[in-house]
Amino acid sequence: MGTLTEEIFSRRLGRRVRAGDTVVAPVDYVMGHDVTTPLAIEAFREMDMPLWDPERVILVFDHILPANTVVAAGMHKQIREFAQEFGITHVFQEGICHLLVVEKGFARPGGLLVGADSHSTTYGALGCFSAGMGSTDVGVIFATGKTWFKIPQTIRIELLGQLRPGVYAKDLALRIIKQLGAEGANYLAVEWGGEAVRRMTMDQRLTLTNLTVDFGGKAGLIEPDVVTRDYLGETDVADLHPHNPDYLQRIELDVEQVEPQIACPPAIDNVKDLSAVEGLELDEVFIGSCANGRLEDLAIVAGYLKGRQVHPRTRTMVVPGSRAIYLEALKAGYIESFMEAGAIVMNAGCGPCLGRQHGVLAPGERALSTSNRNYPGRMGSAEAEIYLASPAVAAASALAGAIADPRRFG
Amino acid sequence: MARVFKLGDGVSTDAIIPGRYNVTTDRAALGRACLIEARPDFASSVKPGDVIVAGRNFGCGSSREHAPLAIKACGAVVVARSFARIFQRNAVNIGLPVIQCDGVYDAVADGDTIKVEVTSGVITAHGATYQGEPPSRVAQMIMQAGTLVDLVRTRGWAAIEEAEPGQVSRSDVAAR
Repeated sequence: MGTLTEEIFSRRLGRRVRAGDTVVAPVDYVMGHDVTTPLAIEAFREMDMPLWDPERVILVFDHILPANTVVAAGMHKQIREFAQEFGITHVFQEGICHLLVVEKGFARPGGLLVGADSHSTTYGALGCFSAGMGSTDVGVIFATGKTWFKIPQTIRIELLGQLRPGVYAKDLALRIIKQLGAEGANYLAVEWGGEAVRRMTMDQRLTLTNLTVDFGGKAGLIEPDVVTRDYLGETDVADLHPHNPDYLQRIELDVEQVEPQIACPPAIDNVKDLSAVEGLELDEVFIGSCANGRLEDLAIVAGYLKGRQVHPRTRTMVVPGSRAIYLEALKAGYIESFMEAGAIVMNAGCGPCLGRQHGVLAPGERALSTSNRNYPGRMGSAEAEIYLASPAVAAASALAGAIADPRRFG
Repeated sequence: MARVFKLGDGVSTDAIIPGRYNVTTDRAALGRACLIEARPDFASSVKPGDVIVAGRNFGCGSSREHAPLAIKACGAVVVARSFARIFQRNAVNIGLPVIQCDGVYDAVADGDTIKVEVTSGVITAHGATYQGEPPSRVAQMIMQAGTLVDLVRTRGWAAIEEAEPGQVSRSDVAAR
């Protein structure tokens, strides 16, 4: 009985769990990356206990890959030594943690995962409950395999109708963020459903659950269906549905009315119709991230860039989200199209999203990114401007050297 | 008595400790970079016991625990109209005092001197008192133990598991 969240926790704990309850639950997997894991290791060592299970800890090098400073290299070394000391096998340096957790099959319907990264909400597109936490929570899970949860109430978002050409999951997520505000789902779970979601590929669904944390959501969930089963390549996927759910709030959005959206500085919820800012010149375009660095995103971008040239004033960076995606994009000719168009293609990872390594912005510069964060200083100088939009908008804007509507490029 | 550093709504963890400064676990280095661009005078002038008074959704964005650690390294406490979930949980886990209080925000200005009683959540400003939201039961247990590690290491998860689920009320938003 209940919401997807209540169903998942009730099955896991073998008793009826309701929103508002505080529970301690065992997780399937716990994930840390190169920036958050060193502090998690500190907390784990303070626990002074053996590692819970070396096959259920996932460690990913993605935020600073490869290391760009001696300090970063030292942190990487510390994580590698930790992995070796405890025999941790799931250690990856081949892409963004959130894409790898899904790609490698760790996220499954009915599962429970915790990641030391806010965008760990992403995995909920597979029908699991996954939340981002801090390093201390994750370090304690390293030791005990468990953590505590306050079972959240749920906002149900129904996306009705069919998307218009040039409009994608990213636009819908931004439109919802505009409506609910940056803390609209703080402490709450979000269920995404409705005809438009059922029609979406897994790549698009992952964009919805990824951006759920950007309006405060503790978890974003999508009911498993035939798309989920096909994606996992399995038929015996857990049958999981909301049963007589008591939602805190239910929101319906007619997606046919949604235009391409853009989040303007200085915050994710400063969302406008793209037409409001069309023509603003751009110094940088970044295509990638855990929001939009998947194969389908790269296919959309290649569709625009193939046989064209990016504008000379706009340095354009493409970062495939994982090695597997990079290889697929190579085989499909997308990477060739990007390179011939004059874009810079980088190794799989978080890339310029967090302004730590490359693609850093100077004061007064303006960037358009397909990522999920546009806080001042996120990609470099706090005096730079960051706009967030879909891969289609990013591709059109790279060609125009200014914010542009992809529907004009055909 | 504490000096107020007043900030607005939506102070992100990127503002508290930008990504270029959190590639370290050195608390002193994190403290030196705390609010380095959003409030450049903070790290150099803050004194232990001083208070950040912020608007809504304080600590939104990245889950980086470096953010509450940076504030803790400065010795400051945080009073905000609301906190982002992960930040609040992280703050409680590491022992950084955070108090959710809506009423005091409009009553104080940057540079004011106020009194914050961390344990009771009572704030005194310009002769008026304001009562912060009580922390959740789990948050109280962690705060009494010191940190999450201290609680679980000494008492195990049983301390939290054995509590009655029904005791938690809807208004109980802290550290959920």
